[in-house]
Amino acid sequence: MPADALPAGARNRRSWIGRSVPRLEDGPLVRGEGRFVADLSFPGELHARVVRSPYAHGRIVAIDVEEARAAPGVVAVWTAGDLGALPPIPFRATAIQGLEPYCQPALARDVVRYVGEPVALVVADDPYRAEDAAELVMVEVEDLPPALSAVEPPSDWAPGLSTEPTVIRKGYGEVDAAFAGAAHVVELDLSIGRHSAVMLETRGLLARFDAARGVLELHGAAKRPHWNRDRLAELFDLPPSAVELYENHVGGGFGVRGEIYPEDLLVCFAALRLRRPVKWIEDRREHMMAANHSREQTHAIRAAVDGEGRLLAIDEVLHHDQGAYVRTHGARVADMTIGLLLGPYRVPAYRAVAHYRLTNKTPAATYRAPGRFEGSFVRERLMDAIAQRLSLDPAELRRRNLIAPEEMPYERGLSALESEVILDSGLYDDLLTRALDFSGYAGMQAACARRREAGEAVGCGLAMFVEKSGLGPSELVEISVDAAGWVEVLTGAASVGQGMETAVAQIVAETLGCDYRRVRVLHGDTARIPFGFGAHASRVTVMTGEAARRAAEAVRDKALEFAAALLGEPADTLDLIEGQASAPSGASIPLGVLAAKLGPASADRGEREPGLSASAWFHSKHMNYPYGVHIAQAAVDRETGGVRIERYAVAYDVGRAVNPAMVEGQIQGGLAQGLGGALFEEFAYDPDGQPLSVTFQDYLMVTAAEMPPLDVLIREDAPSPLNPLGLKGAGEAGVNAAGAAVAAAIDDALQRPGFVTRLPMTPQRLRAALKAAP
Amino acid sequence: MSKHPVTLTVNGRPHAIEVEHRKTLADALREDCRLTGTHLGCEHGVCGACTVIVDGAPVRSCLMFAHQAEGAQIRTVEGLAEGETLHPLQQSFIDHHALQCGFCTPGFLMLAVAALERDPEMSDEELVEVLSSNLCRCTGYVNILKAVRAWAGARTAAPA
Ligand code: FES
Ligand code: FES
Repeated sequence: MPADALPAGARNRRSWIGRSVPRLEDGPLVRGEGRFVADLSFPGELHARVVRSPYAHGRIVAIDVEEARAAPGVVAVWTAGDLGALPPIPFRATAIQGLEPYCQPALARDVVRYVGEPVALVVADDPYRAEDAAELVMVEVEDLPPALSAVEPPSDWAPGLSTEPTVIRKGYGEVDAAFAGAAHVVELDLSIGRHSAVMLETRGLLARFDAARGVLELHGAAKRPHWNRDRLAELFDLPPSAVELYENHVGGGFGVRGEIYPEDLLVCFAALRLRRPVKWIEDRREHMMAANHSREQTHAIRAAVDGEGRLLAIDEVLHHDQGAYVRTHGARVADMTIGLLLGPYRVPAYRAVAHYRLTNKTPAATYRAPGRFEGSFVRERLMDAIAQRLSLDPAELRRRNLIAPEEMPYERGLSALESEVILDSGLYDDLLTRALDFSGYAGMQAACARRREAGEAVGCGLAMFVEKSGLGPSELVEISVDAAGWVEVLTGAASVGQGMETAVAQIVAETLGCDYRRVRVLHGDTARIPFGFGAHASRVTVMTGEAARRAAEAVRDKALEFAAALLGEPADTLDLIEGQASAPSGASIPLGVLAAKLGPASADRGEREPGLSASAWFHSKHMNYPYGVHIAQAAVDRETGGVRIERYAVAYDVGRAVNPAMVEGQIQGGLAQGLGGALFEEFAYDPDGQPLSVTFQDYLMVTAAEMPPLDVLIREDAPSPLNPLGLKGAGEAGVNAAGAAVAAAIDDALQRPGFVTRLPMTPQRLRAALKAAP
Repeated sequence: MSKHPVTLTVNGRPHAIEVEHRKTLADALREDCRLTGTHLGCEHGVCGACTVIVDGAPVRSCLMFAHQAEGAQIRTVEGLAEGETLHPLQQSFIDHHALQCGFCTPGFLMLAVAALERDPEMSDEELVEVLSSNLCRCTGYVNILKAVRAWAGARTAAPA
């Protein structure tokens, strides 16, 4: 019987959380009606083109802009001297001191420090003409030797400043004593190549000064609109209320888009100075040398182990290649790498030292699972090496060290992202068992062994990981219902294409008993909501989701109280069902009617506040910790060095899946990026510091042809105790342990434990390693 | 450089525009015809975000000049739906969660439509081969393949 045929009181409330409903975002995007920043234009707009350093390191002798200034259509050409006292790009303050002198100016002042560093800005009436004129700017530089390795001893960055701005130390326990008394000591030297988000839409900005309102507008914002607004206001000496950031459609973020870059300052400066809209759309070549890189680290790690394979201590020395400047994250990636390195294992003593070093490459910062893709590779390589040393099955070795559910919440005694690491919940051993069963791991191993006997190089491997999500500190959500019964949800969080509108709408619809398609979620618009903490660190579903649930509860209470009064029924007998406040008697009032009757001039309102609306905050001091298992099967071609990933499985406990199809989608997409980082993607440099990966011909990303068949197991066995819905994030689960699992599978395929010590394992590198030690 | 008149026929409608000879078809579609559904991901012919259909063939519009497309029938993502009714492949993308940020989506739609209109009997390997010529950074392709397979299957099951 259809629901509508039932008497109102007997109708079941429809549940929205946990259903893979289609996304609200998709309609305009499949029709080509998206509003990406390059799609916007304002009357009278000008176009900016950045002139970039062709040298990795050198003293600026002269920049000749005369010919460019005279070129057709050119409105302005500026170098550093024209920017006045514009401060350098700020970074998010943490406890780490001493980074200020290393911040990047909008345009290089005396020294250029990487190929791609902005040295001049050309503004013209047409993008082609701006590009023509930019080619006429002559930069003369006296070469300085480039620093290209973070492992070599530090040199001088500037007089009195070393290329090592800080060394971060973390740890606890008696590490030296543990090593002295250990049955086994296992040591590894490992490294991860430089790669990054490389989202398909390049960056882009469109700034205009609205003289009528006295407001600077910046379109093309993402990730941290409110933080960026406040910083831009400081930089340009404007009140924050006179700076508005707008997020449009965003073609992928993954941590890289939406930071303050030199171009943000330049475009705002130009719009303020010229009093005309100024648009800048990055081209791909620029993107590859100008947007944040990530991941390049070298690890020397040692473990002290007892006779049964139990970890006694871990000792880790990290060299982090930050590139040429400190950017908005400061030293967070290095800090987070050692803060979250230990994953799901019990480690009685730990010592980590992170050398944060500057080189003459593109500056680096966060990229999806920052510090964890790297850390999981290192930790899981170590676990495999210990298993090998003790002749234990890798899964069994891991089980001996996993933190047990009874130990939760588990205080690590470490910090990451300025908060104490307290693992909130997890059934690690249980998920490992499920992952092995689900993937048919024993069968995979047997099949690989048979194929190896027949001469193939095929193998499989596994890796475990702990993610983190729901980074605070706070999020605000405002909800209002209009007279048509539509629900508007305003959040200061941002969307970078991950489907947050749908997830938040599902949570609100669940509480308000309405259809999620009646919920419009607006985000990333600093003019509409005063506070927001953005989209990063897999925080949106948790933080905005819980704030939205609270605001929806408040709206629900208002609606039920008012409906009860109007219907003359007790409020606790009413429920919100299919957009109506319904009584068991069958009487009901639509939400939209309630909203109309709560209008300021409505006679029905009584003494109630006008409007069917409410706002709520959610504050959280601690992150929560989802976790998972990756399993890979790889075939190696010994001739070409090529690796084919034949099968892949991911098991992941997300606490509570608001939209399982979207969780799975996050894992699928993350895995493609993880496989890229494991096998193909690398920003390579020549000995002069010239970048070699500046097109999609040189920087190879996974296509449909490389993507293996993937099975995803989503579990909800360990909901987070830190929020009522039990939510944890899913954004980084697909990428986190991919490097680790692929490395283990390649080792197994070649029957050479410890073979993979460096990512990406490109065909060239693999073939060379096989030749060097056949 | 001076502008020269050219008429582009896009989704069956003529657009009389004036552009420099060096202007790419992609830029002319986006800036002069104001059809911004065609996206640019690399401008060097690798990512396929700019794929449009020119005289029945999928073409990377960043690698073609607008003037070269004079007289040709050009189809862009804006021409797929018939009014409110989505093209079945657009619907299939929604049903299979085949997009996240959606930036690559127009290119994949046009690529798959062109490929399957030309060869409805395409094998699965051929389909993967064709779709591997475009890049997506969000979805890992799993659901894009599902969406295209579902539409291809429905087409061969019940030819229009
Ligand atoms: S933009 Fe044309 S192929 Fe990438
Ligand atoms: S959905 Fe974002 S690039 Fe494909």
